[in-house]
Amino acid sequence: MEVKFKRPESMTDLHMLYCSGCGHGIVHRLIAEVIDEFDMREKTIGVIPVGCAAFAYDYFNFDVSEAPHGRTPCVATGIKRVFPDYFVFSYQGDGDLAAIGTGEIIHTANRGENITVIFINNGNYGMTGGQMAPTTLLNQKTTTTQFGRSAKLHGYPLKISEMLAVSPGSAFIVRCCLTSPKRIIETKRYIKKAFETQKEKKGFSLVEVLSSCPVNWKLSPVDANKRIEEIVSKEYPLGVIRDVA
Amino acid sequence: MREKVLMMGNEAIAEAAIVAGCRHYYGYPITPQNEIPNYISRRLEELGGTFIQSESELAAVNMVFGTGLTGTRAMTSSSSPGISLKQEGISYLAAAEVPAVIVNIMRGGPGLGGIGPSQSDYFQAVKGGGHGDYHSFVFAPSSVQESVDVVIDAFDIADKYRTPVMILGDGILGQLMEPVVFPKMKEIKNERPKWALTGCKGRKPNVIRSLFLDPYVLENLNKRLEKKYDKWKKDEVRYEEYCVKDADILFVAYGTLARICKAVVRDARKEGIKAGLIRPITLFPFPEEALKKSARGKKFLLVVEMSMGQMLEDVKLAIGDSVPIHFYSRTGGVIITPDEVYGVMKKYLKM
Repeated sequence: MEVKFKRPESMTDLHMLYCSGCGHGIVHRLIAEVIDEFDMREKTIGVIPVGCAAFAYDYFNFDVSEAPHGRTPCVATGIKRVFPDYFVFSYQGDGDLAAIGTGEIIHTANRGENITVIFINNGNYGMTGGQMAPTTLLNQKTTTTQFGRSAKLHGYPLKISEMLAVSPGSAFIVRCCLTSPKRIIETKRYIKKAFETQKEKKGFSLVEVLSSCPVNWKLSPVDANKRIEEIVSKEYPLGVIRDVA
Repeated sequence: MREKVLMMGNEAIAEAAIVAGCRHYYGYPITPQNEIPNYISRRLEELGGTFIQSESELAAVNMVFGTGLTGTRAMTSSSSPGISLKQEGISYLAAAEVPAVIVNIMRGGPGLGGIGPSQSDYFQAVKGGGHGDYHSFVFAPSSVQESVDVVIDAFDIADKYRTPVMILGDGILGQLMEPVVFPKMKEIKNERPKWALTGCKGRKPNVIRSLFLDPYVLENLNKRLEKKYDKWKKDEVRYEEYCVKDADILFVAYGTLARICKAVVRDARKEGIKAGLIRPITLFPFPEEALKKSARGKKFLLVVEMSMGQMLEDVKLAIGDSVPIHFYSRTGGVIITPDEVYGVMKKYLKM
């Protein structure tokens, strides 16, 4: 019998420890599928963040390094400058990329660093128990905004992909989500396009994925997806933000 | 014979890195080490290497981390406040056992301090500096020539032990011009170590990490690091002894201050005062045993530092109560003169 659907070679067969409904597992798989499709597993180095996705080194079946919180694109830069023909990507959450690593991501994009960034935006700090992230929506309750995020007290949801898109160093920036099979297929297409951009040495590429964190959002996985469709994607519009690739 | 050239300390350090085969430098401007990035940016462009003026010290040290984990030589340099910012990365380098060379041309602190020469980052350099149980290997050269020599050795030590190595100089050393001879340019090997991230062709994937949630696994890392440091203490200690054997009094100083003390030793001997000097070249591993041996039977030790007494603590730990220890220091960028030290020595001789 012909096998129609199997585990990509770029993934290990370990069971993932992520919570039900979390987007990390899906995105890991999409990255692995794309790397396999380019036949680049042996020439890929991933840089993973601090946060829930720190466990990704167990799940990816290629060379992976950790990075200090927010310095992920700097570590990726140091690798890419040694191996310009490899796939080098950083995998970052919203705390990593949009809070503690804001300076790093802006300058990496602005240098047109030829790496790919996978940016998981779930609007809170999942690993540490659901604190406010820069991306947290107004009125959203988190463990550090227990009466809801207020613009006056906590500032506004940070649209960092739009900020990065201003730089001529950014070649391809897109925002997508995982709320349906259609959306997942679309996200994979964007991830592929981002790596294609890197392959053709066109500059910085970033895929922002609106992902859910049902446990900290205190919603069922289905309701969490509904929240992304109906509320989150209104604040963070889906689609291509910059494409000069 | 190789050509002798007149060169500033900072530029010589940069050229030494090139000679050692370093083609990746990442850094951020700060006085008094600016001649390092200025010089190396030009050289690396000539040689087709990588120079990035990063947005911060945090970024620079983490770019070094990225290049280092591929088994490729990389360097960053800074001065005291910038080195504080790099400490996060240095802790990660030590934990993940990634080789790196970090130059600190010290200026006065704390805080923004001043831009005058200082030795007040001794604790930070030799005791770890960042969080966790670790040490960097620390060289403290005292001349431009020695800076060149130890920078080249630093890359070898970093690779051999998979560790961050720090060159701890001060503002005088960075700005000083002296004749120097460079060894032959090292050939850059394409071969990379087995642990490095080079793409997983023909092998299982490699992982570079410092997160170990299992306490027993983390404890094992700490024990392994401790073993590494024990080996340094056994095999890699360096120091210079000057007129030690017949000396009655012994100076202990490192870096440029050791040169000032050396001048005092010479002057003292002209007057029949038997002085000597022991100069640690590696500050971690510290030359404890040599110090113990040299100190035996002396009237007193005089530790001279441009800090409020940082190396002094390591001298005390090594010597204990066996010999009286005196201390003289200036800080904040005030340079100690030989006359000053001579006067202090005379004062203690009369006591």
